[in-house]
Parts: sequence; C-alpha cells; structure tokens
Amino acid sequence: MFYREAGQFKTSYEADQALFPIRQDRIGLAVILLIAFVGIPLTANDFVLTSIMIPFLVFSLSAIGLNILTGFAGQLSLGTGAFMGVGAYAAYKLTSLFPDVNVIVMVLCSGFFSAAIGAVFGLPSLRIKGLYLAVTTLAAQFFLEWCFIRIPWLYNYNASGAIEIPSRDMFGILVTGPEATPLTRYFIVLAITSVIALLMANVLRGRIGRSWMMIRDMDIAAELMGIRPLQTKLLAFAVSSFICGVAGAMMVFFWLSAAEPSSYSIKLSFQILFMVILGGLGSLSGAFMGAAFIWILPVVLKFVPGMLGFDIEAATVEHLTFMIVGALIIFFLIVEPHGFARLWQIGKQKLRVWPFPY
Amino acid sequence: MTNLKHLVLGTAAALIMGASGTFSQAMAEDTNYVPLLTYRTGAYAGSGIHIANGMHDYLAMLNERDGGIGGVKIAIEECETGYDAQKGVECYESTKGKNALVYNPYSTGITLQLIPKASVDKIPMLSMGYGLSAAAVGNTFPWIFNVPDTYWDGASVAIKYIAEQEGGLEKLKGKKIGYIFLDAGYGREPIPLLEQLSTKYGFELVQYPVPGKEMQNQSSQWLNIRRDRPDYMVMWGWGAMTPTAVKEAVKTRFPMDKLIGVWWSAGDEDAAAGGEAAKGYKAMNFSGVGSDFAALGDIKKLVIDAGKSQTDPSSFASTLYNRGVLNSVIIAEAIRNAQEKTGKKVLTGEDMRIGLESLDLTADRLAEIGLADFAHPMKVTCEDHAGGNPVFIQEWDGKQWQKASDWIEPMTDVVRPLLEAAAKEYAEKNAPWPARTEACPN
Repeated sequence: MFYREAGQFKTSYEADQALFPIRQDRIGLAVILLIAFVGIPLTANDFVLTSIMIPFLVFSLSAIGLNILTGFAGQLSLGTGAFMGVGAYAAYKLTSLFPDVNVIVMVLCSGFFSAAIGAVFGLPSLRIKGLYLAVTTLAAQFFLEWCFIRIPWLYNYNASGAIEIPSRDMFGILVTGPEATPLTRYFIVLAITSVIALLMANVLRGRIGRSWMMIRDMDIAAELMGIRPLQTKLLAFAVSSFICGVAGAMMVFFWLSAAEPSSYSIKLSFQILFMVILGGLGSLSGAFMGAAFIWILPVVLKFVPGMLGFDIEAATVEHLTFMIVGALIIFFLIVEPHGFARLWQIGKQKLRVWPFPY
Repeated sequence: MTNLKHLVLGTAAALIMGASGTFSQAMAEDTNYVPLLTYRTGAYAGSGIHIANGMHDYLAMLNERDGGIGGVKIAIEECETGYDAQKGVECYESTKGKNALVYNPYSTGITLQLIPKASVDKIPMLSMGYGLSAAAVGNTFPWIFNVPDTYWDGASVAIKYIAEQEGGLEKLKGKKIGYIFLDAGYGREPIPLLEQLSTKYGFELVQYPVPGKEMQNQSSQWLNIRRDRPDYMVMWGWGAMTPTAVKEAVKTRFPMDKLIGVWWSAGDEDAAAGGEAAKGYKAMNFSGVGSDFAALGDIKKLVIDAGKSQTDPSSFASTLYNRGVLNSVIIAEAIRNAQEKTGKKVLTGEDMRIGLESLDLTADRLAEIGLADFAHPMKVTCEDHAGGNPVFIQEWDGKQWQKASDWIEPMTDVVRPLLEAAAKEYAEKNAPWPARTEACPN
C-alpha cells in the first residue's frame, strides 16, 4: 500500500540502472535530505548540533568506512579508531604546515594518508582471514596509537600531547576553532558525509563493489573468475581507511577542536564496529542507523528521567543508560541478527502488503 | 511482530519526548546555576567520587544553612563525564545554555578542550590546581582560573622539598630524580618545568610514563625504577594509578619517604593501598586535613546526616573530599564577590568572571566561614590567575595523613617566566587568539 512500486515502469536503461529506482525511495531520500539541510538547521539548538548531529554524522561516515571493509569486502578490522586518528593527525599536520590552504581540502587530503597506512596494514589480509586478520588490525591500532603518543612531531611538540585545532576561515566564515558556529560546522560535516555516502553508494553497486562482495562471499571462486585478490583487498582497505581518515579528521576539526591520543583508542574502534554490526553488515543506510543507535540514544536517554520528573543522580543515570543500551543491543540482535538495515527491509515489505498481509 | 511494533513505537515516542524535553527544561529564575562536571563512574571514579561529594556537599550546605549566597539559592546539577573528554564537552554543551556560572572540569583533557570555548561563551572556568599551567597568565587567559597553584608550582615545590631534605638546592647536582606520571595531558603538563629545573640544578630527570589503560599494571615501570635506582621519585598519579603505584613501590621496596606525590595523589585510599608498609609516603596538599572545621561540622549535620548527599560517612573529610570542599569554597566566595561588585543577586558568567578575578580569600575570611587554616590565604590578580600559593607536604603514617612540613613557597621566580612564555606560545599556536578586552575589576 505505502511502499508499492507496482506501476512504476522503466522505459530506459538509465531509469533501470538508477541509484534509487523506486519512487518512494527517492521521495524518502529527498525528505531526509530536506530535513537534514533545512529542517534541523532551522529548529535545532547548539546542543543538538554539537553534541548530537555533528558526532552522529562523523560516526556515520566512519561506520560507512568500516562497513566497506567488513560488510562489503568481508575483512574484519579492529583498527578503525587508529585509521581515524591517522586522518586527524595528518590533517592537523597539513594545516599547520600550510595554514593558508582551505581546511576542507586538508581534511580530504588527510584521507590519502590514512588510505596509504590502511593499505600497508591490509597486506596481511592476503594471507590470513577472519579473526586472525582482526588480530593484525589490532596490532595496527596499538602501533598507531603508540605513534600518536610517542612522536611529538605529530602534535607539534605540544606540552599537553594533544592536538589543538587553530581557527581557520573559508570565504570569510570561520569554519574551525571555538568561534566557528555549530551551524557552519554542521553544514560542512553534513555536506562531506552526504557526498561521500552518495559516492560510495555508486561505487558499491558497480564493478569495484561487486568484486569486493565476490571476495567476501568466496575468495577462491572470485579468484577463479578473474578477480585479483591483491588489488581488490588492498583497494578495500585503502578506500575504507580513506573514509575513516576523513571522518577522523572531521571529528577533531569540526566536533572536538582538540583531541588526545586516547580519543582514537581501541574503544573508538569497537564503537564503530558495534555501529556496523547493529546497523547491518553490508548496508549503507545501516551505517547511519547504527550510528544513531550507539551515539544518539544514550545522549537522549540521559534526559529521560529528568523529563519524567524523576530526581536521579547523574552517575545513576549513566549506569542506567549503560544498562538500557546494552539490553537493547542484545534485544535487537536476537530479534534481527542482521541489524537495523534488515529490520527496515522487513518493515518495507510489511508496508508494501499492508493492509492485506499474506 | 506486533510486540515489536509496539516496542518500536514506544521507543520512538520516548525519544521524541526526551528530545523535546531537553529544550523545555526551564530554570527557575532566582537561582545561581552551578553545573558540576563530575565522574562517579569509570576508571577514575575512585578519586572522582570524593571530589564530587565534597563540591556538592559544601554548596548544598550553603543552601541549607544560609539559603544560598546573598539570599539566592544555588542550583547544583551534576553531569557525569567519566573523565572522558568527549563526554565532558557534551556535558558542557548541554548545561551552558542554562546560564551556567562556572565550570570545574576536573580533568586536564576536558579543560584543554574547554579553554578556547570559555571566552566565546563568556563562562569562566575554574581549574583548581590542575589544567593548563600557562592559564595562570590572566592577560592571555582572562576566562581561566587555576588558583591556588599550577602544576608547575607543584613540581617546583616537589624539587624544593627534595633539596631541603638533601640540604640545599646545590646538593641536587648529580642526583637522579624519577618522574612517574599518568601518560595523558595531566601527567605531561609538569615535564617542561621539571626539565628546566633539571638543567638548572644539574640533577638527572628520568621519566616513567604510565599509559592510562595500563595504569593498574605498573610492574614494568617499577622494574625499571628498581634498575635505575633514582634517589627520589615524583609522582603525578590519578584514579587507579596512584594506589597501584604505591603498592608497586612497596613491593619493589622503594624507600617510601623518597616518593612524593602531587596533590591529586594524596587521597586516603591511594596511600591506604600500601597499608602499614606505605608509611612515609609523602604528597603535596593545599587543602585542610581532617574534619575539625566548623563548616565541615555543618556539612555533616545539615547535609550528610540529613540524607541529602551521596557521601559515604567513612570517606567524609578525607583529603580529596576536602579538596572538593575547597573548590566549592572558591566558587561560593567568587559568587559573593561578584554579587558585591556588580550589585546583582542573580549572576551571569561574566559577573562570575569578575568575582573570580577579584577573589581575595584572606585568613580572616576563612575563619569567618568556619574554615580557619583550611587553606593558605589566596588572592587572584588580573595578571596572575594562579597565585603561586604555598603548599605543604603531608605524610602517611600507616593509618592516616599527617601534616609533615610548613607551607613551602613555589619557585615563582623560575615558574613565572616559563608561564609567560608558555602562554605566549599557546596564543601563537592558536592564532588568532583573542586579545584581552575584559576590564580588570581590581
């Protein structure tokens, strides 16, 4: 009823190969983009922008990055946090070396550094798979984190060991630093995230994306069909790390403004991995849903007791949030092990046949 | 699946309610709102709980006993940071809109993130004896206050005390002093000063960083210490790091009277981890020891015994609890000051900045609020937001802390030029750093 594509005939190859062939999807996406670009900026206050929306978009992007590697190419990685860190430190060094270059160019360039590092640490994936590969990416995580702490050149010899982002402007508007308005930063993060997500949606359904999925589903068969594992796997590592690197750079440039090495610790890697698993392996929309669940839900949950008139101590609320989110993770994984993306697919099917389910 | 549908709808409804409620939370107009960024969870809760209780209880006591300050109640709200910089910033963003007067992040990491925001949002930050040392330079950092001392003051006192034990600063030549620290912004902060002093007085400085996630396993650091045999150890520990270090020091038979902790490593539980064997462990301190103060009696009677606090009676008046109380004393006195200076009763962050900058906590005033000799008198000037006040050394006697020295003045002559240079460097690195436009209230 609500989601019926009956009657939508494709009369050309272009229409048949469109990114969103179903009209409802196009309308839905347009509505979401409209809300994101117009609705939220008009209604949200600083807190919603800085503490909910900006981090949500950053995490969504990094979840997309990890999803490409783990969900589409089937290579389990625990080094996401470190690859994000590489992006952040690279962008920081670049902007302190070339202060006049547009900061968005720097953020995007930093992705190439993390792509290179990601490809290097992806080399073991040619020999080992699954959990064993996870262990080598874990090594990447620890090694890179060690670099962030022990190589003072990376943080410009700051006494505090943290990277602090200077104020940079673009066309006369401050985009980083404390005086940049949350709205500006939100628009930049939103623009970068949407462009990369759209780009990836295109890459994933093309030759490259399909070769990744072939490797994921059965690498020997893929090899026999002419897919080169070396190039394909390394490309997956590079693209994934590129996106993670950009996300990491955005994290410190447009959200935190200053970051210690501990911001890119193993905890972050796990957080992103949980987003990907909960959202749904191998789904771009799942990355957004997973990020929303892991990041937005706890922030919002914290306000619920106060709302309902309960006077509970801040620490107790924190404990409660932990428990509720944990319980929900278990609940959703039992109900649907394939994540929110699959839940949404089921929902779409239900909407399609409603009100006469069969 | 119908159950699931209900659940999804319910969750969505709860989310919307929660989200909309955040913005509708109206603050009562006739209160002064003081958010407390605390941590009662996570790896640093062992230290954080006492600080949080101390800060909360003193302000709650003022509400109970005097009906607030100047007849205006203090609205206290805790926000849980877990010592995590991201959560700290989240707490800051969620509370700053409620006309917050002052922030106490209790984490050098969070402090560093909030420093640039303070001047933009016009809310002062009080990092009492922690945070960025260079923030003591008031002309560069008009919104940041770190009375009574910076970490550099503290480090200089540690070296001075060691010199005293050895019989003079010139005797430091050729000595080996180890520095074991939490490898985070907090522990790295004093290194520039220690390095400076090491070249000046000719002692060797050996560093033993302890990574945050391995702070409960320091055997490798202490094995190195046993191998290097430093004459003294200076420690910058926090959370679970300090008790672990004390335990390891006992285990490796390091002479405990040669181990000197910063004031944040001066908790009762920190030293008690080593038990009787930790006898002689020393730590710096600048807040009162024990419960023998009139104001603390009021807290006990009006807040703790009345069941209005989370304080465990056995940890009442412990070193870190008293530190939290001192923090709130500074807040309260600054509020009172600001009320006098501006003539307003309900303040804003800008008024509070004036109150903090004209803070003059004299010995008489301390006695008046029932805390005679609780802390060294401290005075903030527009140039100096730390004051470089003297601190004392306390010693663990196996059961409790005892005051072990008189007030020791920091080496202000060495520290101040370094602070000025560091502030200048900070402003250059973060260019364009806003020049001070705030008038000096003194």
